[in-house]
Amino acid sequence: MNKIPIIEIRDLSKSFKEIKAVDNLSLTIFEGEYVALLGPNGAGKTTLIEMIEGIQTPDTGSIRVLGMNWKEHKQQLHYVIGLSLQETKFIDKITTEETLNLFGSFYGLTKDKTEEILNLINLTEKRKAYTVNLSGGQRQRLAIGIALLNNPKILLLDEPTTGLDPGARREIWKILERLRQDFNTTMILTTHYMEEAEVLCERILIMDKGQFIAAGTLSELNAKHGQGDLIEITFGSEFDIDALRLPGIKRVNWILPHTKVQIFVNNVAEALPSVIEATKKGNVQITELTSRKVTLDDLFISMTGRHLTDS
Amino acid sequence: MKSLQQLINIHFKTFFREPAILFWAILFPIIMAWVLGIAFSNKAESLKTVFVTGNSLVPEQITGEKILGSGTGNVFRITFQRASETEAVNAIKRGVAAIYIEVKDDSLIYHFDPLNPDAQLTHLILEREMNGVKEGSAPSSVQELQTIGTRYIDFLIPGLIALGIMNSCIWGIGWTLIETRMKKLMRRMVATPMKKSVFFSSHVLTRIVLGGVETALLLLFSFFYFKTEITGGFVAFITVFLAGIFAFSGIAILIASRTAKTEVANGLVNAITLPMMILSGIFFNYHNFPDWAIPIIQALPLTVVADSLRSIFIEAAGLADVIKPVLILAATGLVTFAVGMKMFKWY
Repeated sequence: MNKIPIIEIRDLSKSFKEIKAVDNLSLTIFEGEYVALLGPNGAGKTTLIEMIEGIQTPDTGSIRVLGMNWKEHKQQLHYVIGLSLQETKFIDKITTEETLNLFGSFYGLTKDKTEEILNLINLTEKRKAYTVNLSGGQRQRLAIGIALLNNPKILLLDEPTTGLDPGARREIWKILERLRQDFNTTMILTTHYMEEAEVLCERILIMDKGQFIAAGTLSELNAKHGQGDLIEITFGSEFDIDALRLPGIKRVNWILPHTKVQIFVNNVAEALPSVIEATKKGNVQITELTSRKVTLDDLFISMTGRHLTDS
Repeated sequence: MKSLQQLINIHFKTFFREPAILFWAILFPIIMAWVLGIAFSNKAESLKTVFVTGNSLVPEQITGEKILGSGTGNVFRITFQRASETEAVNAIKRGVAAIYIEVKDDSLIYHFDPLNPDAQLTHLILEREMNGVKEGSAPSSVQELQTIGTRYIDFLIPGLIALGIMNSCIWGIGWTLIETRMKKLMRRMVATPMKKSVFFSSHVLTRIVLGGVETALLLLFSFFYFKTEITGGFVAFITVFLAGIFAFSGIAILIASRTAKTEVANGLVNAITLPMMILSGIFFNYHNFPDWAIPIIQALPLTVVADSLRSIFIEAAGLADVIKPVLILAATGLVTFAVGMKMFKWY
């Protein structure tokens, strides 16, 4: 397969005062790829995506989009990129349709395009509604509609579904799925929802403190970091289970020191008996015990000590 | 050009879809004109006290209570009151009277502040009545008189127009810019091929049209209700209007160049508009301020607009007479535009 590089990022860094928002990142994204940037707030996702959008200027490093850069090809790049920012609001008493017409005019488009977009984002019925009266999901769909006005080759969406209910979120996913099928669009999406990255994107980049801490397809990430099960136990009294070096335990992550612990194991059925045995021997009560498959969020917590959705 | 038209279209719609804006921009100035116009000019007759001082024999015409000015359409009921000079001066200080007459031998000396229109008017009325009273004798001495006393509404309307231009631009442009920035809409717009010059022009052009409508309505109202008119050149009026819009648009862009907080915006806008509204002589003559302040006040853009509009309305000024203020406004606009756009934060 001949993959055409669309976005090429080399040694990119950007600091705000003392904080390194993006720390020496390199990344190549190919045509038709849907890439998710996953990470908690403050991980540097927005800074990275805004540098690709040309809104922020990198301190060092380079970004090439379709072989062009922001210094020399600003106007051309505006025509090939479609984007939605984190929570854009619109002019309150301007309708959905008028908002699309306005943005369309910046690209020299006719009102036919507005019709096409209204259909695509499923807001035909809300065409005459003031943007202030749209629901969160509808407003977000409008933002995506604006991003799609210029038939962008590259779509950059910054947290397009944050704060939306699952139904509204799925509707946005449907629109994005269709784009991939119909136009072979390339997309980068930032999110802190694991599920969103799983559903939409073949490549997932997990970001923290300005760096990629894990990258790959979902199955690659699972194979590498997410294999096995997780046991979460709360003890009645202090119990240092990791000191026992029980068989089958890959890693231990204390949530509350000595009393609440996450134990990463290859197989819960094999590991659990020895854990329970150990507590009995140590005369420690188990007040709570749950077990489930490891998710990327668990992985993230164990790597950074934070939830993906933490702020 | 399509995006310019679209942007202007959007500005109009935001304006007309907000009833509160409609009220403040269009109805409020008219109501103000009406209330103040009524309050200061619609009396059937004016009651005034005039103090009479001096040791000589006082002519009968300036004793007791007289109704004067019936021939002028502006009727005055004047009470003449004998007083010492100190009493008379104190009365003027307290605003009880605006003028006092000193009877000295054969002549009358009028004492009043020539910058007080009320005093001027009273003086004129008195002069007119006293004409020929002391025929053959020494004429009354007159302190210099600069303009004839006009109705308050004639003074007020040009000021209200100037105030309207300022408010329309500073609130209309400044506020919209800050709100657009706050909503990250500006950031979104610059991520499109939209031209920045088109973005700014759309705001100025919108204000020319909306400010024009506001002004026209106020003019029509005052013409039909108060019979005010523009005695000077219409071209001069349009030129000052456009120069005013340009200057205040520049100021608005400068005010709105950095902030994205409405509280800051509110403070900034008020800090700029309130002092001008008070100082620039929109409602009352700024000559009541201390002498040292007058040149500063006269340099304020709102004073420049109000004064030149007044000279066109009242003193029949033409285009040639307002060249200087127009140039000052244009320069103000150019500088504030340049600095504002240089400092401008799109996000």
